[in-house]
Amino acid sequence: MSSLIRQRQSLTFRARSYTAFVFTPQPPIEDWLAVLDATLERSKGFFAGHPVALDLSAAQLSADEVAQLVADLQARNVRVLGIEGVELPAGDARLPPLLRGGRIQDVELPDPGAAAEAAPVAPAPPRKQEAASLLIDSPVRSGQSVAFIEGDVTVLGSVASGAEIIAGGSIHIYGTLRGQAMAGAAGSRRARIFCHRFDAELLAIGAYYKTADEIEDSLRRGPIQAWLDGNSLQISAMN
Amino acid sequence: MSERTSARVVVVTSGKGGVGKTTTTAALGAALAHLGDKVVVVDFDVGLRNLDLVLGAERRVVFDLINVINGVAKLPQALIRDKRLENLYLLPASQTRDKDALTEEGVGKVIGELREKFDWIVCDSPAGIERGATLAMRHADAAIIVTNPEVSSVRDSDRIIGLLDAKTEKAERGECVDKHLLITRYHPWRASRGEMLSIDDVLEILSVPLLGIIPESEEVLRASNLGSPVTINAALSAPARAYFDATRRLKGEQIAMQVPSESRGLFTKLFGRKAA
Repeated sequence: MSSLIRQRQSLTFRARSYTAFVFTPQPPIEDWLAVLDATLERSKGFFAGHPVALDLSAAQLSADEVAQLVADLQARNVRVLGIEGVELPAGDARLPPLLRGGRIQDVELPDPGAAAEAAPVAPAPPRKQEAASLLIDSPVRSGQSVAFIEGDVTVLGSVASGAEIIAGGSIHIYGTLRGQAMAGAAGSRRARIFCHRFDAELLAIGAYYKTADEIEDSLRRGPIQAWLDGNSLQISAMN
Repeated sequence: MSERTSARVVVVTSGKGGVGKTTTTAALGAALAHLGDKVVVVDFDVGLRNLDLVLGAERRVVFDLINVINGVAKLPQALIRDKRLENLYLLPASQTRDKDALTEEGVGKVIGELREKFDWIVCDSPAGIERGATLAMRHADAAIIVTNPEVSSVRDSDRIIGLLDAKTEKAERGECVDKHLLITRYHPWRASRGEMLSIDDVLEILSVPLLGIIPESEEVLRASNLGSPVTINAALSAPARAYFDATRRLKGEQIAMQVPSESRGLFTKLFGRKAA
């Protein structure tokens, strides 16, 4: 047992994003549950086995009320993966984890005829395959986080100190990169990071990263690219 | 809705504390009033109010913003008219409460009422990115981002700009809050020695149009301590002239930007002494 532990010196883990249905309960909760019941009546077991997140920004519930709502949904065979849009004390074991940084994806109703009715949730697979790249034509400000696991991210402006870009594929930044860029977050080892002017706090590809301290000063303020060579993150100037 | 459609809600914000938000609110508010517009300055720093002191109105506060929100007082009862400028009013914050006393609905109602009475509603935001700051910017048509030329202030301003693009009513309608950068406490001597970020660096990082550059000056401190905005107390001083230029730019006038320079100041100082 101890030899096994000694062999496994480092624990690797990755961030991965998934698509989940998001419920937005509206007060009063009883009425909202009644509408949900009506929806479930039309398509039985639709949510069974699917992850569901709760956006509670419209509801203003206490920790006890949230726990009750989660239990009510559980009774309807809807399992809550996480909650967002609410400030609750951490560490309450009855409550699912808080989610942040979600992005909206258009979905269709299972029954097109029911679309006109006021169902609070519109569950179905994505309408169409989106292009696997995200274009951002404004600066990414400090504290903002852009996560796009499906593919490449291109930023036309600068990425500020304290901002982060996470991409499943490669990252292209045409302004100055002062924050963090994490490419290959979906596991791609071929992902690269390109930036027009480099002044970053951290670069990462997959599970490999370098902080500003570990990066040669001579690369600062110039154009660079970063890629994976075996198990090491390489950074070189682009001229 | 009122017939006066020209009312502009401006939030003075920064993220970081101590960069000069309250000083700027008072100076700009007074300058706008001096130029003939009807102005109210609103203190959103509930629990840590200062704007009343900087305007010299602290001995006349009866009701405050929270009283109006709670329905304890009517808006006209809480407004304090400036003794020097008849177009300038103050809506003070409460010192005995905290930011939780601000409600989104209440703030929206007060701003709506102010829009019917004033040309300019200048909101003095508290530092930070919490409730007080987000509610101060919530209804803004325009924002003045106050920044000192140093890295921590610039990064905090960048964070605030991100919030202005996400959390304001205008942003949620898909529009954009007009953003103006005001660089305060600019020290030409330290800038020339590379001890501060240069104006170009700040503009490059924040990419927001520049409204003005206010030089570091003892006049600003003196005015605050006297309870009089620098634009009233020392209207011909360098910071006051910079604030007046910024005010005119805010009103849409085209005025050439002047970067304060030490050598000229020193020269005029020497020259002035000789003449005196």
